[in-house]
Amino acid sequence: MLDVNTFPAPERLAGLSKVPCASAAPVPETGVKPKISARDVCVFYSGKQALFDVDLDVMPNEVLSLIGPSGCGKSSLLRCFNRMNDTIDVCAVTGTITLDGQDIYDRSIDVVELRARVGMVFQKPNPFPKSIFENVAYGPRIHGMTKDKQELEELVVASLKRAGLFDEVANRLEDSGTSLSGGQQQRLCIARAIATQPEILLMDEPASALDPIATSIIEELIDELRENYAIVIVTHSMQQAARVSQKTAFFHMGKLIEKGDTEQIFTNPVDSKTQDYITGRIG
Amino acid sequence: MTDFSNQPESANTIHTGVAARRRLKARYRSEWIFKTLSFSAIGVSIAFLLFLFTTIFVQGWPAFTYNFVQLPLELNETTIGNQNGISPESIHNADYDAIVRTAIRAQFPQVSGRSAKRALSGLVSPGAPVLLREALIEDPEQLNGQKPLSLPLSDFADLYLKGQISHSEYRTGTAPVNIEASSGNFQISGTALLSALKNFTNPALQGAQQENSAFNAGIALDRDMPSILFYANGGVLKLETLGPGFASARALLPLTLTKNPEVVDWQIRLIEVPEANRNFSDQEIVWTDALVERQLVQSQFNTLFFTKGASREPEMAGILGAVVGTALTLIVTLSLSFPLGVAAAVYLEEFAPRNRWTALVEVNINNLAAVPSIVFGLLGLAVFLTFFGMPRSAPLVGGMVLALMTLPTIIIASRAALRAVPPSIREAALGIGASKMQVVLHHVLPLAMPGILTGTIIGMAQALGETAPLLMIGMVAFVVDIPGGFTDPATVLPVQIFMWADFPEPAFQQRTSAAIMVLLAFLVAMNALAVVLRKQFERRW
Amino acid sequence: MSQTPSPHIVQSYEDELAELVRLISEMGGMVELAIINSTMALVRVDHDLARKVAGDDKKVDDLQRLIDEKAVSMIARRQPMAADLRRIVASIHVATDLERIGDMAKNISRRTLRMSDKRMAAQLYSGVKHMSEMVLSQINKALDTVTSNDVEACVRVVRADDEVDALYMSLFREFLTYMMEDPRNITDCTHLLFCAKNLERAGDHATNIAEAAYYVETGGNLPSDLEAGIIEVS
Repeated sequence: MLDVNTFPAPERLAGLSKVPCASAAPVPETGVKPKISARDVCVFYSGKQALFDVDLDVMPNEVLSLIGPSGCGKSSLLRCFNRMNDTIDVCAVTGTITLDGQDIYDRSIDVVELRARVGMVFQKPNPFPKSIFENVAYGPRIHGMTKDKQELEELVVASLKRAGLFDEVANRLEDSGTSLSGGQQQRLCIARAIATQPEILLMDEPASALDPIATSIIEELIDELRENYAIVIVTHSMQQAARVSQKTAFFHMGKLIEKGDTEQIFTNPVDSKTQDYITGRIG
Repeated sequence: MTDFSNQPESANTIHTGVAARRRLKARYRSEWIFKTLSFSAIGVSIAFLLFLFTTIFVQGWPAFTYNFVQLPLELNETTIGNQNGISPESIHNADYDAIVRTAIRAQFPQVSGRSAKRALSGLVSPGAPVLLREALIEDPEQLNGQKPLSLPLSDFADLYLKGQISHSEYRTGTAPVNIEASSGNFQISGTALLSALKNFTNPALQGAQQENSAFNAGIALDRDMPSILFYANGGVLKLETLGPGFASARALLPLTLTKNPEVVDWQIRLIEVPEANRNFSDQEIVWTDALVERQLVQSQFNTLFFTKGASREPEMAGILGAVVGTALTLIVTLSLSFPLGVAAAVYLEEFAPRNRWTALVEVNINNLAAVPSIVFGLLGLAVFLTFFGMPRSAPLVGGMVLALMTLPTIIIASRAALRAVPPSIREAALGIGASKMQVVLHHVLPLAMPGILTGTIIGMAQALGETAPLLMIGMVAFVVDIPGGFTDPATVLPVQIFMWADFPEPAFQQRTSAAIMVLLAFLVAMNALAVVLRKQFERRW
Repeated sequence: MSQTPSPHIVQSYEDELAELVRLISEMGGMVELAIINSTMALVRVDHDLARKVAGDDKKVDDLQRLIDEKAVSMIARRQPMAADLRRIVASIHVATDLERIGDMAKNISRRTLRMSDKRMAAQLYSGVKHMSEMVLSQINKALDTVTSNDVEACVRVVRADDEVDALYMSLFREFLTYMMEDPRNITDCTHLLFCAKNLERAGDHATNIAEAAYYVETGGNLPSDLEAGIIEVS
């Protein structure tokens, strides 16, 4: 965890009061522990603050969607969950993010292992320029997850099946991953992400580059994957967030404005900014 | 701009009005001018290139064939053996000069006098005895096989046979002439001779003829005049003076004379370049022609050029030494600069933090790429030779110097190639949980390979043609033996070319061009390799 | 939320919503006029007016269908969220309720046509007239709450329905008295009783409109004890 005092933080951070976040439903104390917990998370790019004191929980077997206008910080938050922000030199993260109760920024955490447990799917499908089989097998191979070739093959086939791609590529696993259509490529990326058997899936606008049919297939896939994973999805399409997620969090200019059940956010949000955004008003 | 008040009904006259059409025309015209200039630039470049290649080719092509003579040689116990008979030791120690001398003199037994004999021996290359020894040592069975051994002619004989000594004109006799011999001199009389001579359009001869139009005095055909040779009865006479109605001559090749002085079949030949201006005398010409007539001379592929090292004799000079030296040097250069360059580029691009130190390093690398190559030679001289005491003129040192020179090129090209790999691939690999090293090795490097290879080949091609730095570290040595290892003295092709261009013999000029052709062939081969390798890697995209 | 929301970025969306509101107002105006005219026709036993009111009901029905179509079209094309969604869905409900009120007015007029063409005693119809005025006021106020975003007004309208119900009960007893007094009044009183019933139901529909407005404004429903009503209606 990056300590505010050791990192050259801007002066205004010292006097910043916590931004109140509207939440219609209090966090349910039903005994289910959140998979990922974020508390007081702030993100800075070259000293300029992009996210202000975010408190958020991701529950297992649930889809949480992060919505908000461009540049509001939702992708930044998403990338904090698997420490992809580490790859950006000018980015600094403060606050606590825990995975199953363990602080992921702790020095004892191996970021490589973290990224195997927290899978990521990106906006533009980016399969490796290798064969379809190799794309999916790469993760398990570098993490040494399988003992022999047969196990690896089974894992690849299972991942492809779970991603709903196996039927379409069963007889051409040696073809290049880039020879597939956009929607198939994205499903390949999903298969690749779940091949390392993660516990959480992070999806950064996974369907934004796809046509409506492919989008529907991905949404159906997300619904199925929900049985096994906690999923966090960043999306620009409110309709998609409304269709796909159970919980929604609305961000605006780096602040978490409102979070709650998806149904409630889209039928009767509490905060006027949320209302303005989801009804398409100039807020 | 557009005056809306007097525009007609059409809505978009901004683009369809008269002014607009004019502007469009002007745009097209300037584009056309640009295209024409570009094409003519390309055309001029191609024209120059063609000119260059044609010149080199025309000059160098004759060097790829050489005229060899197959003299019957006396290879027996007397000449090769010693008191114990023929043994490898005796083969090694035999006097091959004598064998060759004897063989060539046997062709023209009538030759007498020390200088004439020396000239006759000079028809065969001085390296012939060496070759003969090598051939016999390699395969002593040739002694018994009676297979005639090919010996190279001298460089001038070869040049003559390739028509590079002088142009000749021939006239066949139309009417018989009389030949009388007296104590070594010959007199040829007959009007047919003079009319044939008048037929020649040689300006020097015609000038002399006009001066002595009345033929009152004789024209002396001395060394500054073109040579005129008279062929008849199996012999050759060289005309020395031209008088009215007759000519005096001396024999270059013995004629058979009968009691009848009349000669019906005769030919005369005018050699344009006077004897004073060439290095091959008429006598030598005649001897060489006789050897050709006896079908002893064959034009073969010039294996000597490709199998021999440097030599003072043009006919014995070959590029193998330089080629091997170049290959060894390039191997050293490649094995040093490629791993270092690629690793440095990977580190600088992927792992190094972005601060002022790395910026400084980057600026320095870019500057090093522009440093004149001779500076690297000085560096090599000072550090490798003087300080470390490494052997001079060795491919190892040359390779190290060239590696220093090539490193910046490779680093810059590799960095550009690495930067061109889209960050989406890196992110995807990182997201799966690959470590930074794995991302670079498994994903970034393979995708950047085409660019890296291109940069490497460019660097290698540059290194291939470098002369200046290698001169500084002493690769000017006259290296006869083919280098066997990295620390043997060697030379490289560009340096070899440079040295040969200095030698005066015309045969060396041919060889220089031929060596340039070999160098260019090397370059083309390297570039072809680069293209193949690039295609191989690019397929994966 | 009491502040006026900023307009939609897409102006045509804003225009369509405004059109929907205008149609509701228009329909409300027609329905109010129908109530006024049907009451007047009843009181004066004016057959011509009654016929006109009954005929004009068709226009109200057409408007209701139009509002329905427009609402469905907007849902399909605009995918409305939150308050917009509630507003559009509520418009459908409000249109339905207004159409029912229009039907009540039509029923009153039809009944008037069956009454014999002579004037009634003033004391007979004064109660109904008063009730009609009260219901008209309810309709008016309910329609206002649809555009006003005033939550308290909605609650007031819902509460005021108790008075309408109470008035109906007292009219009921009054008519019983009149009928018991003079059997010649039975015909008129029975007609008037049915008309009063129609008016009472129109008042209930006005309450529904106010509840719809409440839902649009708050996203929730009125507390149930308000709706229960104190008086049992038979």
